[in-house]
Amino acid sequence: MERLGKLPKLYLAIVFIILYAPIFYLIFYSFNSGGGMSNFEEFTWEHYAAVFEDKRLIIIVLNTIIIALLSALLSTTIGVIGALAIYFMRNKKMRNAVLSLNNILMVSPDVIIGASFLILFTMIGVKLGFASVLISHIAFSIPIVVIMVLPKLSEMNTSLIDAALDLGASRKDVMTRVILPFIKPGIFAGFFLALTYSLDDFAVTFFVTGNGFSTLSVEIYSMARTGISLTINALSGLIFIVTVALVIGYYAINRKTKMPLTGVKK
Amino acid sequence: MNKSRLRSIYSIPYTAWILLFVLAPIALIVYYSFFDLAGNFTLANYRNFFTSVYLKLTISSFWYAFLITLFSLLIAYPTAYLITKTKHKQLWLLLIIIPSWINLLLKTYAFIGLMGLYGPLNAFLEAVGIGKQQILFTDFSFVFVSVYIFIPFMILPIFNALDKLNPALIDASRDLGADSWTTFRRVIWPLTTNGVKSGIQVVFIPALSLFMITRLIAGNKIITLGTAIEQQFLVTQNWGMGSTIAVFLIVFMFIIMLVTKGKEKGASDNGKAR
Repeated sequence: MERLGKLPKLYLAIVFIILYAPIFYLIFYSFNSGGGMSNFEEFTWEHYAAVFEDKRLIIIVLNTIIIALLSALLSTTIGVIGALAIYFMRNKKMRNAVLSLNNILMVSPDVIIGASFLILFTMIGVKLGFASVLISHIAFSIPIVVIMVLPKLSEMNTSLIDAALDLGASRKDVMTRVILPFIKPGIFAGFFLALTYSLDDFAVTFFVTGNGFSTLSVEIYSMARTGISLTINALSGLIFIVTVALVIGYYAINRKTKMPLTGVKK
Repeated sequence: MNKSRLRSIYSIPYTAWILLFVLAPIALIVYYSFFDLAGNFTLANYRNFFTSVYLKLTISSFWYAFLITLFSLLIAYPTAYLITKTKHKQLWLLLIIIPSWINLLLKTYAFIGLMGLYGPLNAFLEAVGIGKQQILFTDFSFVFVSVYIFIPFMILPIFNALDKLNPALIDASRDLGADSWTTFRRVIWPLTTNGVKSGIQVVFIPALSLFMITRLIAGNKIITLGTAIEQQFLVTQNWGMGSTIAVFLIVFMFIIMLVTKGKEKGASDNGKAR
C-alpha cells in the first residue's frame, strides 16, 4: 500500500474538518450561557436541563422514537416478505418489473412522496396525525429492507434448501431454520436503515403530519424558522451521542454476523 | 398447485404496498394535476406550467441542482480516491458516513449560526480584512450547505466503485508506461463511471426538490421545484398546480434515472479476482 503524501493528507483533513465542524459547533454552543451561537460566555448545563424540563419536547422525542421503532419493525416484516416473493419469482420479466416498482420510492424525491401520500390519506380518509405519519414511514422504508435482504437471498446456495428438503424438513422448517438465519444480517441491516430513515425523515412527515402531531425533525424545523434557540443545540448534542452509539452498535452487530455468512455455522 | 397459492397469499402485504403506496400515489398525482382550485377538470395547470414564471423556476432549479451536483462530485471523487489509499479505509469511510446520519435539520440549523452576521465565518472574514458579509440568504450559502449535505452520498458509491477496482489494472497501466494522469483518464475513470453515475443520481434528484434548505438558508429567495410543490400544497392549497409541478418532477426524475443508469453487468465487475 502506498503512503499518502502531504498534500492528499491535507485535503482529506480539510474535508473531514468541514464535515464535522458544523456538528461540533452546534454542540460547543449548547454549553453557552449566553443566548446565541456566538460569543461563548460561560459553561452551563442549563440548555440540557431545559430539554428535559420541556414536557412537550419530551413527548415529541418519544413520538419520534415510537414511530421509528414501529415503522422499522413493520416495514422489515413486509420487506422481508417482499424480498422472498421477489426471490422465488420464476418469471424474470415480472421480477424485474417488481424490482423497478420497489425502487420507485427509493429514488422519488421526498416532496413527491409527501404530496402524493397527503392526497392519498385525504382521499381514503385517514386522519392526519400519528397514523398517517406511521403509515408513510412504513411505506417509504419497505424498499430499503427489500434491497438489503435480496442480495443475501441470492448469495444463498440453493442446495442448502434442497438438502434441507431431502433431509425431511418441512417448508416451514426450511423458512425458519435455513432461509431466515441465513439472511439475518440483511434483515438487521434493513431494520437498522429503516430506523434511521424514519428518525431522519423531515419532508414526508412535514406533509402528512396534521396540526396536533409532530416529530423531532418537524419540530426542529419550526424552531429553526423562528431563529436560534440553544435548546436545539442541546438536543443536537444528545442526538449526536445517540447516533454515534447506534452506528457503533450497528457495526458491532454487522461484524458479529459476518462469520456465519460463509454458509454453515462451525 | 397448493404451493404457489401459499406463495401468493403470503406476499399479499407486499403486493398491497406496491399497489397502495407506489402505484396509487403516482396515479393520484397525475389525476389531481387535471383539476383547478374549484374542482373542475381543466388543462389550465399545464398551460400555467409553460408560462414564463414556471419555466424560469424550472431552469433555475436545474441550474442549482447542476451546481450542487458538480461541486459535490469535484470534492467527493478525490476524497473517495484518497480514502481507498488509507490504511484503515473502512474506518475512514465510517467517519464520512456518520455526519450523514445526523439529522438533516440539525446540520442545516448549524449553518444558520455559522453563517450568521455574528457567526464564526464572518468573524474570520473580518479578521482577514474582507469585512462582514451577508452570507446567509445568498446563492452561495444555499449551494454550500446543499453540497455539504450531499457529499457523503456522493462519496459512498464512488468509494465502492474505486474499492472494487483491481489494483493490478493500475499496476499494468503504469508498467506499460502510462503516467498517472493517463492512468486516471483511461483506466480508473472509465471503470468507476458507474459509481459516479449513481452518485449523480442520488444527488441531482433530491437537489431538484429540496425545500427545507431553501427555506432555512436561502430565505425564500431561491425557489426550487420542491419549494414550489410545497408552497402549492401546504400554503396556497392549490393541489392541482402542485400536482402538475410534481408530474413534471417525476418525468425529470425518470429522465435522469435513464441517463445515469449504469450497465447492468460487466462494467461493474472491474475484473477483480474473486
